[in-house]
Amino acid sequence: LETQRAYKVKQKADVKQGTLALMVLRTLDLLGPLHGYGVARRIEQISGDLLRLNQGTLYPVLLKLEHEGAIASEWGSSENNRRARFYTLTREGRKVLQAERREWDQTAAIMGRFFDVKAEDLI
Amino acid sequence: MRVLKRFLARAANFAARRRNDERLREEMEAHIAMQTEENLRAGMTPVEARRQAVLKFGAAGAVSEGYQAEQGLPLLEELLGDSRFALRMLRRSPGFAAIAILTIALGIGATTAIFSVVDATLLHSLPYPQPRELVKLVDDLPGISALDVGLSVPEWRDLQGSGIFQYVSLIGGGSVNLTGSSQPQRIQFLNVTPNYFALIGVKPELGHGFNPQDQTPGFTLEALISDGLWKRAFGADPHILGKNLRLDNDLYHVIGVMPAGFHDPGWTTAQRNTEIWLASGFAAAPAPPPVRSPRVPLEAIARLQPGLSIAAAQSRLDALVSSLQKQYPDDYPAKARWTVRLVPLKESVVGNVREPLALLLAAVGLVLLIGCANVANLLLARAGARAREIAIRQAMGAARGRLIRQLLSESMILSFLGAAAGLAILFGTRRLILRMIPESVPRLNDISMNWSVLLFALAITIASGIIFGLAPAWQARQVNLVQVLRREGRGLLGSAEKSRARRIFVVTEFALSLVLTIAAVLLLRSFWDLYNVRLGFNSRHVMSVQAWLPIPNDPQTDPYRTASQEAVLLHEVLRRVRTLPGVKDVAVGDMAALPLGHGRNDLNRFPLIREGVEAPLNQVPVVDAVMVTPEYFQLLDISVLRGRIFDNRDIETTQSVAMINEAMARAYWPNEDAVGRRINLNLAKPKWTTVIGIVADAHTESLADTSVPQIYLCAYQRRPKDLAIFLRGELDAAVIPEQVREQVQSVDSQLPVFGARTLDDVLADSLSGRRFSMEILAGFALTALLLAGLGIYGVISFVVGQRTHEIGIRLALGAQRASILKIVLREGMRLALVGAAVGLAAALIASHWMAGQLYGVRPTDPLTFLAVAALLIVVALLACFIPACRAMRLNPLTALRHD
Repeated sequence: LETQRAYKVKQKADVKQGTLALMVLRTLDLLGPLHGYGVARRIEQISGDLLRLNQGTLYPVLLKLEHEGAIASEWGSSENNRRARFYTLTREGRKVLQAERREWDQTAAIMGRFFDVKAEDLI
Repeated sequence: MRVLKRFLARAANFAARRRNDERLREEMEAHIAMQTEENLRAGMTPVEARRQAVLKFGAAGAVSEGYQAEQGLPLLEELLGDSRFALRMLRRSPGFAAIAILTIALGIGATTAIFSVVDATLLHSLPYPQPRELVKLVDDLPGISALDVGLSVPEWRDLQGSGIFQYVSLIGGGSVNLTGSSQPQRIQFLNVTPNYFALIGVKPELGHGFNPQDQTPGFTLEALISDGLWKRAFGADPHILGKNLRLDNDLYHVIGVMPAGFHDPGWTTAQRNTEIWLASGFAAAPAPPPVRSPRVPLEAIARLQPGLSIAAAQSRLDALVSSLQKQYPDDYPAKARWTVRLVPLKESVVGNVREPLALLLAAVGLVLLIGCANVANLLLARAGARAREIAIRQAMGAARGRLIRQLLSESMILSFLGAAAGLAILFGTRRLILRMIPESVPRLNDISMNWSVLLFALAITIASGIIFGLAPAWQARQVNLVQVLRREGRGLLGSAEKSRARRIFVVTEFALSLVLTIAAVLLLRSFWDLYNVRLGFNSRHVMSVQAWLPIPNDPQTDPYRTASQEAVLLHEVLRRVRTLPGVKDVAVGDMAALPLGHGRNDLNRFPLIREGVEAPLNQVPVVDAVMVTPEYFQLLDISVLRGRIFDNRDIETTQSVAMINEAMARAYWPNEDAVGRRINLNLAKPKWTTVIGIVADAHTESLADTSVPQIYLCAYQRRPKDLAIFLRGELDAAVIPEQVREQVQSVDSQLPVFGARTLDDVLADSLSGRRFSMEILAGFALTALLLAGLGIYGVISFVVGQRTHEIGIRLALGAQRASILKIVLREGMRLALVGAAVGLAAALIASHWMAGQLYGVRPTDPLTFLAVAALLIVVALLACFIPACRAMRLNPLTALRHD
């Protein structure tokens, strides 16, 4: 049924949402205040265009982060003098990013050990 | 923290209905414009550049949906939408809504009402500091089957010194004449050891409490009074401390006023309404000498050492008891097996209502459950009609979870509306309901609609909403879309198995309500028979007014020390009251003479020794005696069968005389003439009393029991202190109490005159316990009957819906409408008859359990059984008639198109 397929697609996006939020935070951390389009482009650039991003899905994530107090936003003008909303990492957001980063590093390290381990190492 | 922040931001948006769609639209536009510019720079044509930008952005609809969801609280928004829709649906079928809401209102209202009583009595701890440390000490002598015989003073001293308790208090009490304030009054008092308030942990609002170390052997002559008495009798006098108080002619001085709202823990209603506390060591006059046994029945409470559990305290106490038994073998014969039990104080206060209340809560919970099942049934019957709507919604893309949420929110709305109605009814009738609860239920004053009661109501509301909402939601879960749409609405019909479950349910309901109704009718008939029993005395136009004489600690201050002194008072009171307007007859007796209006404490129980009949001392029969003046028998129309009535020549100095009732004559002088026999009512000193007359039996002791042996003694020879003045005539109940008071107090201004009641009221009150259980049962029975009717209505409506097509064919083929009616009714009757048969069988068993409660009607009274069964079948017929008529009036064309 059509409804069910739509449901599955949405679920996939949900899974990505967690990491997408982290990418947004890191991008803002790295490059300072950016507008939505800028964030999207930078994420694509940093990921080496490996990530196929539906750019629009960024906006609900931005709103969520703003609700959580991790980022703040205000209207400003873009390099082409276009009215755009600029997002800034807050102090709270920086803390979140650091904590999440530690967790990722740890997870990656653990998983790395699992992948690198050889049977003879365990005797 | 972050989660909370996000939730708050969203909730704020939701509450303010703030939607910032404009911001997203603007951002989206800017985004796509920037991407387009970049694409242009990359060399695309303008049209292609924009197309690629839009593609890269993704589905704008989904994005804005996700954005909007993040803005507010989508679940809540959906819920609101669902609720609005549900309300619309309910408005469209008001009949269904009314029945469902009423059913739930009944269930939730009743359950909440009972819970509020449970909450106040059982769940709340006693309103004193560290209530867990408070215990009651219960002295038992199981060996001679004497329980709770009371603590003796030496035992109290032993326990005080045992180290197990912080404090142990002895408690006695009763009522007393308070004079010296505005008007003589009869007051409930407690006589306690001086450590009582230190034990309870409550300090007076004004002044100070008793000194816990006070060693005075007798009364300390200090009094604490309740806030109520302070305001009522002393006009809230701020200088009350140190003032004198005359209680039964003895002088006490007020040392403190207890806080407003303070109630003594107490085991009886009277004790809980105590207004004066007196301190005494119970070891000097007027108390008897402090010996271990025979004991004066004094209650005892204690406060355990902090941190000591009841079990640990009990085992230390057991050791103490057995060492005391060895030390005083004469006082504690091994045969008696003396023990002291510790019972939590709260348990001792509310213990006797725990079981009935729990039972009541269970019963009312059952009613609620049956109600839920009924509403579920109705919802199912309706779901049949809505199958098409639901199928279409599903076909249009509604997710199943979403549909179930929709159905559940509909049932929730029903549940909440029902609860609101139930609580509103409860709130409106709370005074009436509170009046229905017998006064003996402890802590009645604490019953209220507090937060825990409301929380309970909320919990059962949600629970019942889920319970009866699950059935239709469960069915919607397994709808086969294609089939339903093709067959237009028949896809939601339950399987054969499910409809069998529904039938069994209805049969059970019928059986249950039959049992309840039969029980209620049996009780009702007993009540009616009791009410109309031949009393043996005439209660019409009779009033009684009480005037109790003082019993001072110092006999020298007693103006009515001898029977002759008191006889002067009695004669004068009789003479004066007789002059009151409307009064035809006047008599005086003690409280035991008030027919059906006295408590057990008012009885005079005497050992009966008959002249010439030898009986071992421990087998002497005990009889109830009543003290009256000669006019009593004529006033109450109790006829004299043999011998003579007392007269004014029977006085203290002449031969002591007695009259007996027929039952007494039959029991103790069978086949002999009792008149002229001599009896002795005192084991200690022989003083013979002559039986001079026999009167007819009267139901003065018990309505149900016809023949309780009774002795009537002459008030002029006996000094009764608890006087009841009886008046007969065309009395104006509004002014008589005041007039009698004036007359009595013109003889002795120190006598309180109170408790004026008509004898008919007294009789009605004596039935109040029975009336309460009858009303409760009748309420349950009516509810069950109503629910059974609703249940069968639901099932039959369902069946008619299911068979619409078949009925259409029958009609098209020329079936008579009457025969359609018959088909449907037969279906319903089958259920009702099976239910009635099962119910009759169950009632035959159940009614035997209540044989003790019945009067004048056998537990298997065939008339009751048949009439109730017939009533139930009529209810079932009526309930089936509505859907049956609908089936009969079906237009064959519509019915056929229905499929």
